[in-house]
Amino acid sequence: MSKRVTIDPVTRIEGHLRVDVEVEGGKVKKAWSSGQMWRGVENILIGRDPRDAWAITQRICGVCTTVHAIASVRAVENALKLEIPVNAQYIRNLIMLAHAIHDHIVHFYHLSALDWVDVVSATQADPAKAASLAQSLSSWSGNSVQEFKKVQDKIKGFVASGQLGIFTNGYWGHPAMKLPPEVNLLAVVHYLQALEVQRYANKIVTVLGSKSPHIQNVAVGGVANPLALDSQSVLTVERLLAVKEWIDKLDDFVKNVYLVDVAAIGAFYADWTTHGRGIVDYLSVPDVPLDGKGTQFSMPGGHIANGDVSTFKAITSFDDKYFADGVTEAVKHSWYDYSSGNDKSLHPYQGETTPKYTDFQDDGKYSWLKSPSFYGKPMQVGPLAHVLTMFAAGHEPTKKYTTAALDLVSNIAKTKVGIDALHSTIGRHAARAVRCAVVQDELVKQWDLLLANMGKGDLKTFNRPVFPKGEQMGVGFHEAPRGVLSHWVVIKDGKIKNYQCVVPSTWNAAPRNEKDAPGAYEACLVGNPIADPEKPLEVLRTVHSFDPCIACAIHVMDEEHTEIVKVKAA
Amino acid sequence: MKVVVLGVGNTLLTDEAIGVRAVEALQQRYLLPPEVNVIDGGTAGMELLESLEDLDQLIIVDCVRVGQPPATVIRRIDDEVPAFFRTKISPHQLGISDVLAALRLRERFPKRLALIGIQPKDLETGIELTPEVAATMPKVLALVVEELARVGVKVVEKA
Repeated sequence: MSKRVTIDPVTRIEGHLRVDVEVEGGKVKKAWSSGQMWRGVENILIGRDPRDAWAITQRICGVCTTVHAIASVRAVENALKLEIPVNAQYIRNLIMLAHAIHDHIVHFYHLSALDWVDVVSATQADPAKAASLAQSLSSWSGNSVQEFKKVQDKIKGFVASGQLGIFTNGYWGHPAMKLPPEVNLLAVVHYLQALEVQRYANKIVTVLGSKSPHIQNVAVGGVANPLALDSQSVLTVERLLAVKEWIDKLDDFVKNVYLVDVAAIGAFYADWTTHGRGIVDYLSVPDVPLDGKGTQFSMPGGHIANGDVSTFKAITSFDDKYFADGVTEAVKHSWYDYSSGNDKSLHPYQGETTPKYTDFQDDGKYSWLKSPSFYGKPMQVGPLAHVLTMFAAGHEPTKKYTTAALDLVSNIAKTKVGIDALHSTIGRHAARAVRCAVVQDELVKQWDLLLANMGKGDLKTFNRPVFPKGEQMGVGFHEAPRGVLSHWVVIKDGKIKNYQCVVPSTWNAAPRNEKDAPGAYEACLVGNPIADPEKPLEVLRTVHSFDPCIACAIHVMDEEHTEIVKVKAA
Repeated sequence: MKVVVLGVGNTLLTDEAIGVRAVEALQQRYLLPPEVNVIDGGTAGMELLESLEDLDQLIIVDCVRVGQPPATVIRRIDDEVPAFFRTKISPHQLGISDVLAALRLRERFPKRLALIGIQPKDLETGIELTPEVAATMPKVLALVVEELARVGVKVVEKA
């Protein structure tokens, strides 16, 4: 007898991501991932000035503001074949990289660690033992016994008062929670410290982007930051020195806490290296451009087939045809209609956003997300895809941190854990931490490059765009914290004629495509264990390992208290 | 004295933008003293944490669903505000509610809290407020000004 479990919403806000799983014999047999809200943001852009698109698209999502701004200006620049000053690349790179670090830290500690960490169990820990364990793993200054005791007392107070606050609604005491109390306490201590540290990443975005959470400094043609070596009102060397200080604080946390914690927690959940494999066709794009045109990149990207790194094929420039020609979107299982029929997929330049709602139909239409493919196949995108493709490209920092993380896991688990373990639910967390360390090094490098270039007397940050008569098409891609993001624009006589955003969570949370091949969430959920269908923590673990982000577009507050996770077991 | 007026909402979803539009209007129409920091929070979460630490007062302007007719404006003060968030706080997605919870956890919660809420009419994709919700602006701003006065902050309308 199979049992149907519906989790809606998977994320905080009702009506955004719904996951249905059919459970048989304690395992997921079939899964459906459904976006529950119509976006149609693209339609707002039609007829507008392409120079304004970035400011509108960065409002699509609360978590990913900067990434849409970056992808949008890149798309318009690509259409115009507009080169931008190298300083503008460096400044954009710094913003992107700091944003990525912020995002990865917050995702691990504040959005997903509590799938694995039992806060209530942390109150039972011996703080001295927990601190000594932490000290044996890392040199981080926040691992003192006093600190551990202080945090434990605080948590005890919250538990005793019945007000767990931010920790409400966790699956405390669930049979799938496996960490010893001391490791739980270690994670909770770092959870609180991460709240403090994430602010430094945000400060960098704020200073360079002129404003946060929505940056103001991006422009088609470069950035609007006037650079100066001395003036007070602009981005000065003095301000950049403050940025460097924050970069260094992040460095300590990312390498001595985040990477270590993921390895330590991962080692206790070794069985989760065998769950959540799913789609092992991976796609990433190169990023952190080092020249004005976007032909050289500090972080490589490309495609891997069948989880085999030897199949790596690189994407090499902003004009890369292999990427631009390979992306299509299907709506056979999505609540849209294509004028040319729903059994074929469309390239984003020809993309259409015409809603056609039906009910949730298991074998028909069931999602507001379209289904993207790369040369006809669904892909997994995100930090795991990025780390594997960078590894395949021989990127030294990626190799270094991947090896370090796997060695640490192997030491703690007392068994050899290799790179194959990354194709899994827990592997996605490990890959995100590895990527964060790589990004951290890159942040330092980009800062050095900007200062060196300014030192040469080059203070240029903007090339004015010119919009010719006629039609131009362009794609802007960005390796965002959740994976490949691409914006596709068609410009006619200086106005937007068509605009499509293919976002990372669309790749991963996609419904079945035109050939009925499941999307990444759907494929990765098959085979997941479920100890208790009423509390499907294991499903959340796998979905959260992707860092789902289709929930942030709307957030109407609700006084009529609704449940966070409605579980329908039927 | 440290006060923040925070407008939140998605500006691409019609009336969801009211919080953001209201704080924009506040800055355009009033001369604000330096202790008042106006923030367009959009749909952000943890990015806001630092700006909201150790405040004497936090005034949030937002679109709310309270089962009232469209364009109803409500005010909730201090202890009434977290009731809005009680069931919204979860480990799995971060928003304003979680930022408030984090402030509490870090013992940096605002001394006073006010929520000015506006019931939406329409949440479809679109960048203009509905006329009904747009018409609430004077009332919304008046309530914000009243809340500022509650902590002794006087603002003057620009000439």
